[in-house]
Amino acid sequence: MAALSLLLLPVLAIAASTGGWVRLPGGNFRSALKYEDRNLVRVTPFQLMETAVTNVDFLAFVKRHPDWRRGKAPAVFAEARYLQHWAGPTTLGPKALPNQPVVNVSWFAADAYCKAQGARLPTWNEWEYAAAADETRTDARKDPVWRERILGWYARPSKAALPRVGLQAANAYGVRDLHGLVWEWTGDAGSLLVDVDNRKQGDVDKAKFCGAGALSMGDRDNYAVLMRVAMLSSLEAGDVTANLGFRCAI
Amino acid sequence: MRFGMDMLPFMLLRATGSQAPGLLPRLGRPALIQVRRTDGACEYGSALDLRQRNPHTPGAPLPQQKSTPGNRSMNRKALCLFVAAALALSGCKADNPTSTVETGGSKKGDFGPPQGEPVKAILTSPPLVPPATGRTAPAKVIVELDVIEKEMEISEGVTYTFWTFGGTVPGSFIRVRQGDTVEFHLRNMPDSKMPHNIDLHGVTGPGGGAASSFTAPGHASQFSFKALNAGLYVYHCATAPVGMHIANGMYGLILVEPPEGLPKVDREYYVMQGDFYTTGKYHDKGHQPFDMEKAIEEHPTYVLFNGREGSLTNDKALQAKTGENIRLYVGNGGPNLVSSFHVIGEIFDKVWYEGGTRFQENVQTTLIPAGGAAMMEFHMEVPGSYVLVDHSIFRAFNKGALAILKADGPENKAIYSGKEVDEVYLGDKAPSEPTGAVAAAVATAAATGHATKDERIAAGKTLFAGTCSTCHGTDGKGMSGVFPPLAASDFLAKNPKKLPEIITHGLQGKVTVNGKDYNSVMPPMAQLTDDEVANIGTYVLNSWGNPGGEITRDDAKKARAAKPADAAAAH
Repeated sequence: MAALSLLLLPVLAIAASTGGWVRLPGGNFRSALKYEDRNLVRVTPFQLMETAVTNVDFLAFVKRHPDWRRGKAPAVFAEARYLQHWAGPTTLGPKALPNQPVVNVSWFAADAYCKAQGARLPTWNEWEYAAAADETRTDARKDPVWRERILGWYARPSKAALPRVGLQAANAYGVRDLHGLVWEWTGDAGSLLVDVDNRKQGDVDKAKFCGAGALSMGDRDNYAVLMRVAMLSSLEAGDVTANLGFRCAI
Repeated sequence: MRFGMDMLPFMLLRATGSQAPGLLPRLGRPALIQVRRTDGACEYGSALDLRQRNPHTPGAPLPQQKSTPGNRSMNRKALCLFVAAALALSGCKADNPTSTVETGGSKKGDFGPPQGEPVKAILTSPPLVPPATGRTAPAKVIVELDVIEKEMEISEGVTYTFWTFGGTVPGSFIRVRQGDTVEFHLRNMPDSKMPHNIDLHGVTGPGGGAASSFTAPGHASQFSFKALNAGLYVYHCATAPVGMHIANGMYGLILVEPPEGLPKVDREYYVMQGDFYTTGKYHDKGHQPFDMEKAIEEHPTYVLFNGREGSLTNDKALQAKTGENIRLYVGNGGPNLVSSFHVIGEIFDKVWYEGGTRFQENVQTTLIPAGGAAMMEFHMEVPGSYVLVDHSIFRAFNKGALAILKADGPENKAIYSGKEVDEVYLGDKAPSEPTGAVAAAVATAAATGHATKDERIAAGKTLFAGTCSTCHGTDGKGMSGVFPPLAASDFLAKNPKKLPEIITHGLQGKVTVNGKDYNSVMPPMAQLTDDEVANIGTYVLNSWGNPGGEITRDDAKKARAAKPADAAAAH
């Protein structure tokens, strides 16, 4: 009986996909970002939500934390379009289906949500490490077909309604939708100060990056990552967009 | 080496553009100049430079070396050829202010702070161009440009996700005046997936505005710049990955007018070339995603004008009328290919190559680099369809780089006849020998002094096609009101024997044919032999419902000897 339930457990976990946690082993990882002081980054073992936070998850959060309701959250923490697609401050409505990833959330709101779960936003390195995997390999980044698949999503306009979370197959770690659904906040998005005019290549404005060490792209062929970083670096922590959500890590 | 040790650093050997020794190329016109340096190396420069560097000729006529066959051949190898565009030797500033002395560039492009109320720039979608600014003082110009990501057709039945400035590919045309302060608002639509920015090549400053305009979806950025340099400039998105943003259509043109404006023309059009990379093949139907690999390898699926195959053909063709001056503003967004821009059937009277200040004249094909532009002007003489192509020609016919400019107006057969003769060509016959019907008539006439009526008609048909049909038409119908008809002509029915006289002496003055008045000049066709006149006359009389009859060699001979026909005598 015990053996049976052990076998069933993963199946159940997938069925109740939202909010599940996946354990990632971590290790030394070659980031597409080039750090001045090291070639590899050390990713310690961590857990990541299997899917992005959904509207219904976030609704529960704002119900428990009225300060984060639309209209209540201070403008410096969440711009005017914060949760604008919801029917009301505590109502989802037709444009925000329960299982769609929550979007139009600021970094501050995402951060508050994760903290309320006793978690945090993943770091860029953690996110990139998890997102390097395809369905069978933990690092598929050198595969041009894989890259094309990712770019294929970028090339589609985002006017259509978002799909539900968890529809795509899990990657080698068991995480879903890192690509092909929404952009995602990372905890250190505010320090992803890649020079916005990336054509300067190595000649970045070093003064901008003072203590953190200048970032530049180490893998210039990896357009998929390049575009993620460009997207995150275009945003302030109070900004929201119609295709930017998040997931949490522990 | 006659000139080898000359003290002059340059030796001007010959300036063509005028044949007579001592005459200079006309002022304000470009001259083809062959220049040789004493050390034998090629040197490129402008004629103006030459004049300044040549101590003998400050502002004076360029020295000319009489060229003899001997020294020509001796020095030919050492000659370097260059074209000095818009050569201006002296005093033609008023005629052509854009092609004379240095403009001073950005150093002289600041005309002080903006004056008057801010002006909102008129933006136009291709192929339209905003009207001239018409301003004489620097203004503050507000430009509001929306970034819109949208799916559009790239070819019939093929869709593609374009990223656009203003909803079109290329983006909206922006027109300002040198010295204007441009307050630029870049607005990224809320439903965009990507952040975008803009690098305007007309901006003086790092990144051309790129860093200052980096804009997340649903946000707007503002920055200002002073347009210090006049010219036609490309703008494009410079967000990572730059090549992908450009390949998806994020480019357009900004015209910075020189302070005095540009010469007036009748029509202006905006055309921009771009190369596109889809995962499917050329004309594969359905939605086609961007193919990064093909883009990196520079193997485009489509090379297009204005972002869609057929964007400027059929009912969307550019329109013009004969007698008009047309100016094209042509840019090349790339991302990869350089354009060999050509209009089939036209010669650019002027090309402001590279979109700069000077123009070259009489150009067939002009090179437009990726991220570059050019302006070109031409006068329409002959009606019809003119095909705009990238003359790297497989792109035109196999990748879509083709557009049409349609000119309406009366035919001008004196400049272009259309097809005059379509006949069998027998390559093995000596070309000097007359062939076919004409040869037969000539042979009979030579032998007997006469040719049969049928031989004359057959020979006349061929001759008519070569000489007469240019104006009177192969069907003899002429052109109503311009060239009188010969077909079923009441005029010829009344005066059949006038025919050889009109052919040999021409006809001028008013005539009435089939109830319509004609008042123009037919030149004498005195070059025709008496037999040829007889042949043509007989052919005409026996064609198109005319009354028949025959013109003989004698008739022709008498007509040639007679006094010139005039129209009044015929009535």
